[in-house]
Amino acid sequence: MQQSVWTLLSWGPDGWLDDIAFGALVTVLLALATLPIGLTVGFFVAFAKQSEEPSLRLAANIYTTIFRGLPELVTLFLFFFGAPLVLQYLIRLIYPDSTIDVNGFVAGMIVLALIFSSYASEVFLSAFRAIPKGQYEGGYAIGLSNWQTMRKVILPQLIRIAFPGLENCWLSLLKDTSLVSVVGLAETLRAANVAAKVTKHSFLFYGVAALVFLGLAVLSSFATSAILRSLGRREAQR
Amino acid sequence: MSATATVVERPPPRAQGWPRRRIIGYALVCLWIAFGVGLVSYLVVAWNSELFAKYAPSYLQGLGVTLSLVGISITLGAILSLPVAYARMSKNRILSGLAYCYVYFFRGTPLLVQTFLVYYGVGSFKPQLEMVGLWGFFREAFNCGVFAFALNTAAYQAEILRGAIESVPKGQWEGAASLGLHKLQTLWKIILPQALIVALRPYGNELILMIKASAIVAIITVYDLMGMAKLAYSRTFDIQAYIWVAIVYLVIVEILRHGIEWIERRITIHLKR
Repeated sequence: MQQSVWTLLSWGPDGWLDDIAFGALVTVLLALATLPIGLTVGFFVAFAKQSEEPSLRLAANIYTTIFRGLPELVTLFLFFFGAPLVLQYLIRLIYPDSTIDVNGFVAGMIVLALIFSSYASEVFLSAFRAIPKGQYEGGYAIGLSNWQTMRKVILPQLIRIAFPGLENCWLSLLKDTSLVSVVGLAETLRAANVAAKVTKHSFLFYGVAALVFLGLAVLSSFATSAILRSLGRREAQR
Repeated sequence: MSATATVVERPPPRAQGWPRRRIIGYALVCLWIAFGVGLVSYLVVAWNSELFAKYAPSYLQGLGVTLSLVGISITLGAILSLPVAYARMSKNRILSGLAYCYVYFFRGTPLLVQTFLVYYGVGSFKPQLEMVGLWGFFREAFNCGVFAFALNTAAYQAEILRGAIESVPKGQWEGAASLGLHKLQTLWKIILPQALIVALRPYGNELILMIKASAIVAIITVYDLMGMAKLAYSRTFDIQAYIWVAIVYLVIVEILRHGIEWIERRITIHLKR
């Protein structure tokens, strides 16, 4: 049975566009859910890396060496197949007969957050280094506590310096979400996969998946340039 | 000279005792040590020499496949990146627009999607490919992987090259022109030696990224290092399969990273003051 391209790409029971749109939604949700965790962890890792305390630096460096050195796919598989084993072992110490199932979305979120945070920490670290020491001393001189200096003096500048680098991290996060399709999460690539297997129109559906990712990249570049403009405007007002 | 200039800034006093950050730092390091000890003891307990004897050679073979895949695609990508970078920098609007679209597509979509597009997608063009005699090439998963990877890395390498060439000040071109060197000579003798110093680190990062990204060809049935691990895991359901492969990747990446840093230190020695 030969269906036309437009039927295949229609919305509804005959077409696959609704499935792919749902997949795109999952992709976006996964990336958005990972972002706050990754940013927070990345910030603290960078904070530890620029600390004077050698043990903190060592711990943070081990973290980034591991998660930047491992291929994303290996991290994902290790976590997806390994974490249930460890969790089950730990939980069976308390509740002897329980089984653990790792949700694909949660596993993907954690793995992507690990990877994203280790890359974001490098960006934050170079931003930390770009802020002159006088800013800390100034904060200290007007009687701000360490935490207040960080929040009111350092962070606003840090975000502005780190923003372009973080944008790159975000784009690679968006692309890395496609890997989670391998462990069965129904995101864009998975939906395209199913559609391609069923209809035998592989090039069409993988092409559509590529266009979805391209569209997301374009959308986020619009969003980031808007954010950048507002950041710049606020700076100009002062 | 004023008196204040002679005041030497004193280094901050070393933290004494156990401030909070030291406690946190030691706790985190202990956590890592516990993790490492746990991992090593697991590997020792779960050591199975029969499995090792069976799968170690295939891992080595997989490593060879991974390295050759990355080597071939990086080389092809480097060759392909030259015209792309040239087009990207050209004043011709159409040429630079086309190169921009190429780079944007390959940098904006996941490598996994591109690989699938090549591996599964070429099936849609089987009659046409058979006509030009390329079907035999695309039937092999390895070749599809190389094809997709080379196109992908060409886009990234073109951007690296362009950035590096544009980082050389314009006066260098003008100076060379005033000495009577023509464009190609200028590029070869003046611009590239300066540009490549800038480009070394991004090129190194690209190499590392390719090594890491090459794991995804395991999904399109190429038996590279990751593919062998997948095979071993599907036969034994032993998580060791992935732990060993992770260690191998980590070692490769660390060796490369330190090697690149060493090269960079060597070639920028004349810039140090």
